[in-house]
Amino acid sequence: MLPVLPVLVPLAAAVLSLAAWGRPRAQRAIGVAGTAGLLAAGLALLARVSAGGIQVVRLGGWPSPFGIAFVADLLSAILVTLAGVMGLAGAWASVAAVDGPRQANGHWPALHVLLAGVAGAFLTGDLFNLYVWFEVFLMASFVLLALGGTRPQLAGAIRYVVMNLLSSTLFLVAAGLLYGMAGTLDLAELSLRLRAHPSPALVSAVGMVLLAAWGIKAAIFPVFAWLPPSYAAPPAPVAALFSGLLTKVGFYAMLRVFTLVLAPAGAVPRGLILALAALTMVTGVLGAVAQGEIRRILAFHSVSQMGYLLLGLGLGTPLALAGSIAFLVHHSLVKSNLFLVSGAVERIAGTDRLDRLGGLWASRAGLGVVFLVTAFSLAGIPPLTGFWAKLALLRAGVEAGAWGMVAVAAGVGVLTLFSMTKIWSEAFWKAAPAAGPGGAAAAAAPGEAGPGLLLPAGALALLVVGLGLSAGPALALAERAAAGLADPSAYVRAVLGPGGAP
Amino acid sequence: MGPWIALVVGGLWAAGIFLLLRRSLVKAVLGLALLGYATNLLLVAAAGTARRAAPIVPPGAGALPPGAADPVPQALVLTAIVIGLGVQAFVLVLLKRAHAETGSDDLDRLEGKDP
Repeated sequence: MLPVLPVLVPLAAAVLSLAAWGRPRAQRAIGVAGTAGLLAAGLALLARVSAGGIQVVRLGGWPSPFGIAFVADLLSAILVTLAGVMGLAGAWASVAAVDGPRQANGHWPALHVLLAGVAGAFLTGDLFNLYVWFEVFLMASFVLLALGGTRPQLAGAIRYVVMNLLSSTLFLVAAGLLYGMAGTLDLAELSLRLRAHPSPALVSAVGMVLLAAWGIKAAIFPVFAWLPPSYAAPPAPVAALFSGLLTKVGFYAMLRVFTLVLAPAGAVPRGLILALAALTMVTGVLGAVAQGEIRRILAFHSVSQMGYLLLGLGLGTPLALAGSIAFLVHHSLVKSNLFLVSGAVERIAGTDRLDRLGGLWASRAGLGVVFLVTAFSLAGIPPLTGFWAKLALLRAGVEAGAWGMVAVAAGVGVLTLFSMTKIWSEAFWKAAPAAGPGGAAAAAAPGEAGPGLLLPAGALALLVVGLGLSAGPALALAERAAAGLADPSAYVRAVLGPGGAP
Repeated sequence: MGPWIALVVGGLWAAGIFLLLRRSLVKAVLGLALLGYATNLLLVAAAGTARRAAPIVPPGAGALPPGAADPVPQALVLTAIVIGLGVQAFVLVLLKRAHAETGSDDLDRLEGKDP
């Protein structure tokens, strides 16, 4: 029962908040309670999986591989817990930072459905079911992105919708082709059957279709152009939730299916993935250098950081996979938090354009501290989370002898620090610009950030510091999760029973 | 039969991608619809295109008769059609909203660039 709970809780919250339509206070209460419930369910699942091994629930009692199984291994449990953290922070921030009309017109139900879809995608053990969960959270993300209907939002939403539908169609093509080749959609059974497939080249070709499909979702080079406009347009809590979860689900799908299904069949193109990783890191960070608005800088960094995740997948050793998992958690926390900070800056100053900002350190020291902690973590300064995650990836690169990749990853880290310094010196450190024609005075009247945005941002920053200081146990957990990916036989046995041993 | 269906799927995909690359949003929506249909066709074809018996276990028998059709891809296609319908409805509303905002269906105009 426990592995299904992270889907049921947000779905129940979505139904309740639909029933409470027109009563914003009730919807807010349900929003915070429902996401807290998801976090609790995630933590319970993590504790159970960590102590008792992989948990499997067969929906409707159908035996695998005929029915759909929900499989919670350590990676799934970690990511569901992460979804709970992101959801709670997003809901908490939404209370204050999403305006009344948006809240009244469907923000809350869409938020819960998004979380249900993400949790379902993390937990399902069936390829087609994974596609369905993708569609569930995509639909909710369309609503969250377009809600409000301002011009930049519409422009961002159209790009996002078209690219993601193209990606979903590719995913469906690959699912159909795999079914045609193996006669099953259960991931564990696929893993066994494709091992015996006579032509690894064919399996590899379908793997390429999956790489294209999930590459679009994860915004890797060269299909990331949809991300910056769609993350820069919606309210800050929505952008925080998107950056924390959506691209990560795309990467999770790659991590799961490539290690479980394609790697045993010898069909993972490691060289290609490493090349894409390097190009993603470099183009993202160079794009960020050219931007003059906080949100756009952060969005381009989201692209760049996906490259690090791919680096771990491309190297494929247990240490590299552990680095990817640690980096995924680190980047979700940090980037969401930076989007929340950017939202607070927008509320205080009425804009996020760096040339119109300034003097925030003098007037808002608390916000400055939260920004500094998270920005340092993003850039990989010890002892914060980014440092440990990058260290694991670089160590894996050195062990694999991939010196080129190590050099690229280290160089991109320096450029990341440069971008964060730019935001710091322009928005926080330099004197506030005089209100000129069309300057800050013409922007919306400066408002208060209030505790609504600062508290969740501060809580996430504390979490980043806490995880950084307890890096030993956190990395050990990531290594255990990665061991389950590098050797998927335990996963296969848990789903198919002892007879499923390869 | 199989190669013909493969050709039709490929042709529909090409047409869909071509429409997606146009500037007009209406054409992009039509392109997405074509891609959806092509993919549904592919899913059906993935299970084999030969004419076969209905997958119903005869009374008294314990298993399907040999040569019965595979019902799973058809279930998948039904799901995909339903999802596709919902998504297309959403995209059409988005398109209508964008048209109300700019009076055109050109994405560049929405982003404030020169047409």
